[in-house]
Amino acid sequence: MSEVIKVGMADFKTCRGDDAVTTLGLGSCVGIAVRDPATGIGGLAHIMLPDSTEIKNNTNRPKFADTGIEDLVNEIVRMGASRSRLVAKIAGGAQMFAFGSKSDMIRVGERNVMASKKKLNQLRIPILAEDTGDSYGRTVIFYPKTGDFVIKAVGKSEKTI
Amino acid sequence: MKDLSMEQITNQYFDVLQELGNIGAGNATTALAQMVGCKVDMSVPQVRLLEFHELGDIVGGDDQIMVSIFLQVEGDIEGSMMFIFTKATAAHLVNKLMCGMLGIEEENLEEYQFGEMECSAVKELGNIITGAYLNALSGLTNLKIYPSVPQLGIDMAGALLSVPAVEFGVLGDKILLIQTTFSDDVELDGYFILIPDMNSYEKILTSLGVL
Repeated sequence: MSEVIKVGMADFKTCRGDDAVTTLGLGSCVGIAVRDPATGIGGLAHIMLPDSTEIKNNTNRPKFADTGIEDLVNEIVRMGASRSRLVAKIAGGAQMFAFGSKSDMIRVGERNVMASKKKLNQLRIPILAEDTGDSYGRTVIFYPKTGDFVIKAVGKSEKTI
Repeated sequence: MKDLSMEQITNQYFDVLQELGNIGAGNATTALAQMVGCKVDMSVPQVRLLEFHELGDIVGGDDQIMVSIFLQVEGDIEGSMMFIFTKATAAHLVNKLMCGMLGIEEENLEEYQFGEMECSAVKELGNIITGAYLNALSGLTNLKIYPSVPQLGIDMAGALLSVPAVEFGVLGDKILLIQTTFSDDVELDGYFILIPDMNSYEKILTSLGVL
């Protein structure tokens, strides 16, 4: 029986075989799906903030794009995936409320996307597809075996990237 | 104080924050009752300090569609505030507010599609409710609190809640949620999330004489 594993906010989960990983209601957070196509080992990270070095309380590593992606990738490799074969897809990073505010926190979605891309580039993991930005929430399901990344949003038709 | 984390603060002053939540939500309920023109009861609000991943489950699932009002707070304290409620609650209240003019059927509240008029009404509801809440806080602490124009969002709970969660995320790993159940003839669920920045916590607690 295949299983769909739920990933909460500021967390990541890995799986293999017919299993899938999902995260419900991504807002300004970003979901980063990484897999090794040859072994079908993969995982999904749900990050909330762009940079662990900008913040004093940074012990919760899955919360940040930089440390979260690093931990996800290490775990996938530890499970038997090859680092050089890894590929990624990302989704999320919406701006849920349209404030013309001075606050940097408001643009956090955009910054989360940028930070995620930067970290993946640093790790030399190519980004095959993305569905980011805009102003609506997304529910995503990732199937590491096929690489399908299914995205659902309220009032929109389901799509696979 | 500067070195205290958000968690230490909230643990230490939990009762104070709970009382603030109580008074704020009480005021908000009174305002709501006046606006919809009927008696509205309120349960004793529950104040919870939650892990981020618990947040969605409390409000009925991350992918549950909710209606939320989000605004920025300025003045003596800075931060932001969110009032989030189920779509059924929103539709019910809008129906009440507009004296049934929209012809929303009580059986189909969950399915009801919000148009421009409904959104405007919900925004006004949110404005009054959050305004009453902040007024209570302001009166209690003698601090000046100015809310910004509220923004409306109708989307999945997880997506909406990620906005305050991110702001809490800067401070620590937990989020402070005040849950209130209102009821008139039906049960209405609503949640307040107030996010003062670190300095504002200090100001609130100092002005209440507990720090």
